[in-house]
Amino acid sequence: MAKNYSAGVKEYRETYWMPDYTPKDTDILACFKITPQAGVPREEVAAAVAAESSTGTWTTVWTDLLTDLDYYKGRAYAIEDVPGDDTCFYAFVAYPIDLFEEGSVVNVLTSLVGNVFGFKALRALRLEDIRFPIAYVMTCNGPPQGIQVERDIMNKYGRPLLGCTIKPKLGLSAKNYGRACYEGLRGGLDFTKDDENVNSQPFMRWRHRFDFVMEAIHKAEAETGERKGHYLNVTAPTSDEMMRRAEYAKEIGAPIIMHDYLTGGLSANTQLAQWCQNNGMLLHIHRAMHAVLDRNPHHGIHFRVLTKVLRLSGGDHLHSGTVVGKLEGDREATLGWIDIMRDSFIKEDRSRGIFFDQDWGSMPGVIPVASGGIHVWHMPALVNIFGDDSVLQFGGGTLGHPWGNAAGAAANRVAVEACVEARNCGRELEKEGKDILTNAAKSSPELKIAMETWKEIKFEFDTVDKLDVAHK
Amino acid sequence: MSDMQDYKSSLSNTDSRKFETFSYLPAMSAEQTRKQIQYIVNKGWNPSIEHTEPENAFGSYWYMWKLPMFGETNVDTILAELENCHAAHPNNHVRLLGLDNYAQCAGASMVIFRGKTV
Repeated sequence: MAKNYSAGVKEYRETYWMPDYTPKDTDILACFKITPQAGVPREEVAAAVAAESSTGTWTTVWTDLLTDLDYYKGRAYAIEDVPGDDTCFYAFVAYPIDLFEEGSVVNVLTSLVGNVFGFKALRALRLEDIRFPIAYVMTCNGPPQGIQVERDIMNKYGRPLLGCTIKPKLGLSAKNYGRACYEGLRGGLDFTKDDENVNSQPFMRWRHRFDFVMEAIHKAEAETGERKGHYLNVTAPTSDEMMRRAEYAKEIGAPIIMHDYLTGGLSANTQLAQWCQNNGMLLHIHRAMHAVLDRNPHHGIHFRVLTKVLRLSGGDHLHSGTVVGKLEGDREATLGWIDIMRDSFIKEDRSRGIFFDQDWGSMPGVIPVASGGIHVWHMPALVNIFGDDSVLQFGGGTLGHPWGNAAGAAANRVAVEACVEARNCGRELEKEGKDILTNAAKSSPELKIAMETWKEIKFEFDTVDKLDVAHK
Repeated sequence: MSDMQDYKSSLSNTDSRKFETFSYLPAMSAEQTRKQIQYIVNKGWNPSIEHTEPENAFGSYWYMWKLPMFGETNVDTILAELENCHAAHPNNHVRLLGLDNYAQCAGASMVIFRGKTV
């Protein structure tokens, strides 16, 4: 039946709060953590978030009646207490799939974390999780190659891959930089990596870097008989320039390139990922700026959402945090988003901060990259936490070895292989780690010195962004 | 500097050639090898044996020794086939893979016998 037009401001909850709604399999679902202004009822705020992130605006407009708004609107369908925090609550919102352009995480985020985050009725707002229905997942390109294809391209089986970020992060000339790569690769690393802020500065333009690094890869491959790569960072001021660098990397035979998906932008990232898929290139993804978005427990976007966004946009590697190193990361929560990167189906599990079942269908997985402040003593825990489908990346933990990069690389390679061997024999890595490493060091002077160098270093600050746990 | 050790690796030194997983550890004892084979069996992976002339080791395809041992769970049988392959091709590298048919990818791969590296 047709509705009448009546101008003015209606309460959001009259239209957008639908506690009896049963979400459809095709709906995009979102869980927001809402910190409302004092005195605003929860249902009204939840409905406001649903409205402002979908079809609504602050006042009724006559053009609403030209369409079927009841079909297109977002629906706030549930509210829950946040365990351990009375200042906020969770609101669950369902969006019909037709609200979003196919294959565009850009479009989904523009709605879900758009204007609504500045909305005055809210003190703070955080997007905790999104359920992407399989119908939407199937419209996205996803990771260019995926985990299994990468193993076949690089010929690495049955162990985590080993990487190293070249330091100092800024200021090296291209030739010296290639030297640092070569030394790491010949010592036993699978990959070396451009630091995220290495793009094409005056001290080292991208093309010189690409040429010298490729020479390093070729020589290290000939010397060791193993396949090697270096994440050539193609992040650039424009996507045209990004593509120019990617094309050149392919032309000189590089197996893998790299992009910063948040600072570079999701359109550029999706474009690059599709190009990589069509050109047989692996794509390493760095996440500079993520902590700006995901670290505050009350405001922003949780990293598990950024993880899903990247898997849809496309990337073969994504930095995940280490649990044990110098950067933030709660263990259970990290295990949750590692599963989100790699598995094909992830069940709702509040103990790991996962609010929805997520079905990826046949979309390939992303390899989590553990990087930042880790060294050989962390190896047993890292192998245990991350398993084989991971890249363990030791920057200072390779380059800081007293005998240089090759020795540092060899120390890490011996350590990771010793841990995998022990794990396969049924030994408990985190309990017996010291034994396993000490034994391996008997035949590796490089590992022995590494263990003496880094023995005492630990990072034991408390996590700022913890999972929400009951306090009463 | 006197305490510092040189990293001995070069194009001309064939000992520098490596063989991926476990090749940075000392050669495994028979007992250690058995345990790794048992791990492949426990995972439900199909054992598969491949070999190659050392000069062709870099490629993806080594020669298959017969067909993958689908469903084989007896460690002694797998070891015996590795020995057979080695006896037939004493100068070749011989590797054992654990083929994971769900992932459509090897879950494990290790060189068991080494020919003379080039």
